[in-house]
Amino acid sequence: MMRRRVLTADLPLIGVALGLSLFGIAMVYSAGQTDVPTVAGRAWVSQIRWLVVALAAAFLVSRASVRLIEWLTWPAFLLTIGLLVITLLFGTGAGTAASVKGWLTIGGVRLGQPAELAKITVVLMLARILGERREPPRSILELWKPALIVLIPWVLIMAQPDLGTGIAFIGIFFAMLYWSGVPWPLLVLIASPAVSLLLAFNTTYWGAWFLLLIALVVRYRPYLVEGVGLMLANVAMGVVAPVLWERLAPYQRHRLLVFLDPSIDPRASGWHVIQSQVAIGSGGWLGKGWTEGTQKRLAFLPAQHTDFIYAVVGEELGFIGVTVTLALFLFLLLRVVRVAARANDGFSSLVAFGLASSWLVHILVNIGMTLNLMPITGIPLPFFSYGGSFLLASWLSIGILVRISSEGRGGRFGELAI
Amino acid sequence: MSFHPNDLARRARGASWMLVGLFLVLLGAFFRTQVLRNSEYALKSESNRLREVPLPAPRGIIYDRNDQIIAENVPGYSVSMLSPAGDSLRASLRRLSALIPLSSDQVESSVRRFRRAPTRPTVVLSDAPFDVISVLEEHRVEFPGLIIQSAPKRYYPDGEAVAAFVGYTGEITENELAQSEFSSYKAGQQIGKGGLEKQYEKQLRGQEGVRFVEVDARGRVVREAGARQDLRPLAAPALHTNIDLDLQRYVASLFGDSLQGGIIAMDPVSGGVLALHSAPSFDPNRFIGGIPAEYWRQLNTDPRRPLYNKVIQGRYPPASTFKLATAVLALNDKVATLDTHMPQACTGGYQFGNRYFRCWEKKGHGDVSLARALEVSCDTYFYQLGLKIGLTRLIAGGVRLGFDKRSGIDLPGEVIPIYPYGEDYYNKRYGARGWSSAVTLNLSIGQGENDQTVVNMARFYTALATDGLAARPEVVRNDDERSRTRVIQLSDRDLQGLRNAMKNVVSERGTAASARIADVVLAGKTGTAQNAHDVTRDHAWFVGFAPADDPKIVVSVMLEFGQHGYYAARVASKVIERFLKGPPGALVAGPPTALATPIAADSAR
Repeated sequence: MMRRRVLTADLPLIGVALGLSLFGIAMVYSAGQTDVPTVAGRAWVSQIRWLVVALAAAFLVSRASVRLIEWLTWPAFLLTIGLLVITLLFGTGAGTAASVKGWLTIGGVRLGQPAELAKITVVLMLARILGERREPPRSILELWKPALIVLIPWVLIMAQPDLGTGIAFIGIFFAMLYWSGVPWPLLVLIASPAVSLLLAFNTTYWGAWFLLLIALVVRYRPYLVEGVGLMLANVAMGVVAPVLWERLAPYQRHRLLVFLDPSIDPRASGWHVIQSQVAIGSGGWLGKGWTEGTQKRLAFLPAQHTDFIYAVVGEELGFIGVTVTLALFLFLLLRVVRVAARANDGFSSLVAFGLASSWLVHILVNIGMTLNLMPITGIPLPFFSYGGSFLLASWLSIGILVRISSEGRGGRFGELAI
Repeated sequence: MSFHPNDLARRARGASWMLVGLFLVLLGAFFRTQVLRNSEYALKSESNRLREVPLPAPRGIIYDRNDQIIAENVPGYSVSMLSPAGDSLRASLRRLSALIPLSSDQVESSVRRFRRAPTRPTVVLSDAPFDVISVLEEHRVEFPGLIIQSAPKRYYPDGEAVAAFVGYTGEITENELAQSEFSSYKAGQQIGKGGLEKQYEKQLRGQEGVRFVEVDARGRVVREAGARQDLRPLAAPALHTNIDLDLQRYVASLFGDSLQGGIIAMDPVSGGVLALHSAPSFDPNRFIGGIPAEYWRQLNTDPRRPLYNKVIQGRYPPASTFKLATAVLALNDKVATLDTHMPQACTGGYQFGNRYFRCWEKKGHGDVSLARALEVSCDTYFYQLGLKIGLTRLIAGGVRLGFDKRSGIDLPGEVIPIYPYGEDYYNKRYGARGWSSAVTLNLSIGQGENDQTVVNMARFYTALATDGLAARPEVVRNDDERSRTRVIQLSDRDLQGLRNAMKNVVSERGTAASARIADVVLAGKTGTAQNAHDVTRDHAWFVGFAPADDPKIVVSVMLEFGQHGYYAARVASKVIERFLKGPPGALVAGPPTALATPIAADSAR
């Protein structure tokens, strides 16, 4: 007996993603409009081709059941690890990041960046591991499995080195722990050694943080071993950090210092940030008009079609354009959270939330970077930045999310019979 | 169950609020940058993309008293370069030097200029010839920062004839830029370097305009025009001088290349400088846009010192032209009248202590009055007159007459004449016992510790020519202020008597008989100054005025190695004749009074 299956497509989700992609292509086109031609000149054509490919891929993925995806998670994760290892061994650099081995190349043809794939497979894998549990992890020791799943690709990616993706993984990790029900004090305790590391340079701050931590430990009452271990880890970080600082390469140290104060190096490292801020700041309420940004046109903006594309948005479309794009991004994320909340099972729900958190980290770090709220890490802006792999990965995510949404409860919006 | 819908809904609420919070923080950051700090960043963005290319203002035109042009501006071209860094500028200029003549010195000085003002176009050639410009225009695309623009260039139609007072312009030097006085100047700008150009720099400079060009991040010029409204340069107002250009040209032609020395012609009443020339001269036009090294070397090694202004910078013993000063002091102090005779008649010299002071006339002048002593320039008479006045009064009187001060002419670089300020002067110079009253004798005939400039002697004679008020020499017309000071306080009778004596100098009985001019009564005094450097080649002086009874012009001439004062007198009389009668053949107003006295043999001095 044939049963007519009714699937629903989450039209608002597709709509906002498509809107952001088209907006992004318009900005990539504008980024190519410079007085002295740059490589960005024809980027928009290539970006349109990639979008077509990405839409097709998203459609295919949306036809695959979540169970199939769940079943494919392990092979996909192993494949990702394998690709990351190969990339590390034989990878090539590209464009502005020529020294970074992020590209998988065969016979001179760049196939793509496995790190982009890893962002999805790590989310899937974490979702599998965390979704299997009947109870959320209550202690640090219980977290060894998810930690290992993130740690392995994280190490491989940091070795490229790709700090931006590394940061994204950490964000995904914490977000998915939260979604799986890990109590927030435990999250704070896990994060505490890193905070200690950052605060180690100021004894007062570090001391205050340590007192706060003790209070947290007393309230949360983890296992004794964990509590002592955490305290020791925090003390160690406080001591280690200055030593670690000494061991950083001068350019790395310089980058961190310039992040704190770009004006110490107005011509070199600080240049990007200052020019980006000048571009955005000079946009005002309404901006200089699409394709009319002088900072971009005269090549004062670095990587204006990739990492700093949001500075073009700020310069040409002004505060109004910024508000519109931020609203679109916010809507996208809220919509995905809604999908996660209404998912049928733990795996689907975690996947949805994990993908959303990945985008959130990208958005915060990339946009924050253009305003000097974040260090420059070379992390792209979803749907905007020029780059095929990332656009494809983003739309694959949309495909998965649409499927999860349609399998979930109450996909009331835009029911679509297939 | 951790994925119970209620749990998820709770976490979703938490996550949603957190998302909204994060996005509001981001939006707030954008609001701060784009709206609150918009003007600051808009300014930065503008200064990022716009470079100011200076548009040089035409310097003020300098006119003579009849509105003939002394200095003007002609079209020229300057070549400059916009560059992001000193090294890239050097690299571009090296490539440029393959196309146009550009020495490595010029390259390096351009790089230094760049360091001083990196955002301004660096001037590479401030005055490029047309063939260089056409080569550059051809290769323009290869040099994205290259800026070629027309820049008004200084031109002196009369060149050498006006060099002594007009000076020249040149690019401001690095030393000058370091001085606070020139803080409003920028490297590559032109500035007056001498003469009127320097003295009246503030007035002549004009106001530089600005053209805005748009550059990209590498400093390449992307758009030449329309980036922003240009600011037009403001031309400086014209400078009107008292110079009589026809007379000036005539004076220069008189000196030619053979005579060397200085001359100034003044209006005795207004102090207006009618002509001022120092010979040999130089061509100021060749100084514009950089002096060719060869020419510079030639000027500096010439023993006749063309760059040394003999009117305001040369100090020479005034010799017998100073006898008028001695006479004025004697009359003023009632030591003598014009008819006073001295105890000893002139027998060719004067015995003072164990020294014998010679008169220039070996045969002697006999027993003469003061008036006659002036006419024949009797040294013996003036030795005794000086002693009668006494050293103290001679020095104090000379100071009163202004022999220890600059004339105050409105030209830069005038030197202070040498004149003792008191007896201490000798004590300091020779020691308290190292000198005797013999200095009095030298001083009274314009020798000794007494070196005057040509211009300062002219100033003194304006007082003699008028009613005792000396006029400050003024090259530039100054209608507001009469700058005359009383230096001589004699009765009209005494002044007239002195003028009569000077008239007789230029008569058949005087020392400058050959300098007589038909129809014009000329008055003056010759002088032959001992040359400290070469005893056989005395300097020749003549300072005089005409017409004697209503002077319109005072002329002070000094010929280096001129040997005899009457040579100088002849130059002066020609200048005066030209001034009063105009060019030969010109109609002369007034009834022609035939005064065809045959020129008697000149007597020396």
